[in-house]
Amino acid sequence: MESHSRIVSHALTTRWDAAYSEASPQLDYRRQKGASAKPRLTPMRLSSRGLLFGPVVLLVIWEIASLAGILSPRHLAAPSTALTTGWKLLLDGTLGPHLVASAQRAYVGLAVGVAIGLLLALVSGLTRIGEASIDGLVQIKRAVPTLALIPLAILWLGIGETMKIAVISLSVFIPVYINTHAALRGIDLRLVELARTVGLGRLEFVRRVALPGALPGFFTGLRLAVTTCWTSLVVLEQINTTKGIGYLMNRARDYGQTDIIVAGLVIYAVLGLVSDGLVRLWERKALSYRKVIGS
Amino acid sequence: MNLATKSSGWEARPVAVEARGLTRKFSGKTILDNISIAIAEGEFVALIGRSGSGKSTLLRAFADLDDDAEKDGQLWLPESSSVLFQDSRLLPWENVIRNVQLGLHLSPAELRQKARKALADVGLSEREQAWPNTLSGGEMQRAALARSLVREPKLLLADEPFGALDALTRIKMQELLQSLVKAHKPTVLLVTHDVDEALVLADRVLVMEDGRISHERHVDLPSPRRQSDARFEQLRAELLAALGVFSPNNQLQHAGDRP
Ligand SMILES: Nc1ncnc2c1ncn2[C@@H]1O[C@H](COP(=O)(O)OP(=O)(O)OP(=O)(O)O)[C@@H](O)[C@H]1O
Ligand SMILES: [Mg+2]
Repeated sequence: MESHSRIVSHALTTRWDAAYSEASPQLDYRRQKGASAKPRLTPMRLSSRGLLFGPVVLLVIWEIASLAGILSPRHLAAPSTALTTGWKLLLDGTLGPHLVASAQRAYVGLAVGVAIGLLLALVSGLTRIGEASIDGLVQIKRAVPTLALIPLAILWLGIGETMKIAVISLSVFIPVYINTHAALRGIDLRLVELARTVGLGRLEFVRRVALPGALPGFFTGLRLAVTTCWTSLVVLEQINTTKGIGYLMNRARDYGQTDIIVAGLVIYAVLGLVSDGLVRLWERKALSYRKVIGS
Repeated sequence: MNLATKSSGWEARPVAVEARGLTRKFSGKTILDNISIAIAEGEFVALIGRSGSGKSTLLRAFADLDDDAEKDGQLWLPESSSVLFQDSRLLPWENVIRNVQLGLHLSPAELRQKARKALADVGLSEREQAWPNTLSGGEMQRAALARSLVREPKLLLADEPFGALDALTRIKMQELLQSLVKAHKPTVLLVTHDVDEALVLADRVLVMEDGRISHERHVDLPSPRRQSDARFEQLRAELLAALGVFSPNNQLQHAGDRP
C-alpha cells in the first residue's frame, strides 16, 4: 500500500526536476563567478545515469565480498556466478519455458486486472451510484493482502492457471483503480464549468474532459501495476506447477542453489524495470501535450 | 441607487437580459442583494466594484454556474450565452482549433471553416495546431475569445478576461474585443477592475457595492474614446468616487454633486 503513495510523489519529483534542469546552469554560472554566496538549498539534479551509482557500488562490494570469501555461496552467490548461471540456463533452453510461463501468467493477469480496475474506476468516478456501490468494497479489498485470498481462490477456482491469473488480477486492479478514480474525482472544476458553459453533453464531457483529465492518474496506476503483477508469482508458482521463475527459485532453495535464486531475482528486477520503462514511454507519448511546457 | 438621468437610446431596444430581485446567498450570507437590472440587445455593460462586492457572483448567476447558492428572484436570459473567464480554461490535451470547436455540433467541414475564421479573427491562424501550453498568456486569452465568439452567442459574459495580462497586451485585447463585438453584436456583460477599460469599452457602467448596484452611468463618450479627453477624465473621476477611491481630481470637480 505504501508503494502507491511513493510513486505519486515520484511523479512530482520528475516534474520538479524538469523545472530544475533549466535553472541550474544559471546558478552554476553565478557560483563560478563567486557573485552569489547564497547556499544551495536543494540538491543538484541527478542525471539518470547518476541513479546507477548505488546499485553499482552494491554490486562491486558484493562481488568483492564473495571473492574474498566473506560471503559464502551457501548464503548468497556472487553476482558474477549468478549471471553465468542465468546465461547458461538461458542457452541450454532451461530458462525459456519458465520465463514464458511466468510472463504469460503475469501479463494475462495484468491485462485482466487493468481492464477491471479501469472499468470500476470509470463507473465509480463518473456516477454516484457507482461510487456508492464500488468504492467502499475496493477500499476493503485494498486492506486485505492479496496473498491472503489464495486459500479462498483455490477453493473457488481450483489450483490451476485460472486461480493464479485471478489472484494476479486482484492485486493489479487495485493501483489502477485507486489512481484512476482519484484522478477522475480530482478533475479540475474550472474545466467542468467550462464544459457546462459551452454546453457539452454528458457523454461528450466524459470523452473530451473527464477521460483525458484522468489519463495521468491511469498511467500512474499502470506503472505500479506492471511491477505488481510479478509480486504474487513467487508464491503462486509454488502451487501445482512445474513451470515459472517462482517454481525455479523455490526448487533452487531446496538444493541450496543461491546462484539460481539470485538469477531469478535479477530477472524479476529487469522485467519490472523494462515494463516500467515501456509504460513511461507510452505515457510520455500519450501525455505529450504536457512535455512542451516552457519549450 | 443613483440612476443615470441621461437618455441613452438603449431603453428603446428590446431587452436581452433581465434580472428582478436577484438574490444569492452562500451559507446564509447574502452576496447578491435584490438586484434588478435590464440589459438591452447589443448593449455593452461593464460591471466594476471592489473586490468581494459580488461581481463574479452576479456574472455566474447569469451563466447559470451557481448551483451551490440559495437563490431568489427572477432571471431572463437569451438562449445562447458564452463565458470568457480570467483564466482561459483551454483543455490542455486538445490543440487550439479543437478547443475552439468544443461543444459545437456541426458538420466537420463547417466546424473547420468556422473555427478557422474565428482563429483568424483573433490573429491565431498560425497556432491552430498548437498545444495550449505553448501559447503565451495573451494568445491563450485570444483562443478563449475565439472559442466564446465562434458559437455566436446572444450574450457574452466576461469576468476580468484581461485581468492577468500585461498593460500592453491588455490594450490590444480591448481593441480586439471591441472590433469583434462590433462585428458579432452580442450583448456583453464585462466584469473588470479597470475603470478605464470600462469607460473605453462600455455603453453603460454599473458599480457594485456589497451585493447591490450602487451607481449607474451611461457612457456618452464619442468614439474613438480617448483617455485624455476631459469628459473621459470626468467620468473616470465619477466612477472612482463611486468606488470610494480617493482622488483629488474628483474632489475638486464633483464634490458638489455628491450627497
Ligand atoms: N461559492 C461560494 N461559496 C461561498 N462564498 C462565496 C461563493 N462565491 C462567492 N462567495 C463570496 O461572495 C463574495 C463575493 O464574491 P465575488 O467572487 O462575487 O466577488 P468579486 O466582486 O468578483 O471580487 P473580485 O473582484 O475579487 O473578483 C465573497 O466574499 C466570496 O467569498
Ligand atoms: Mg471576481
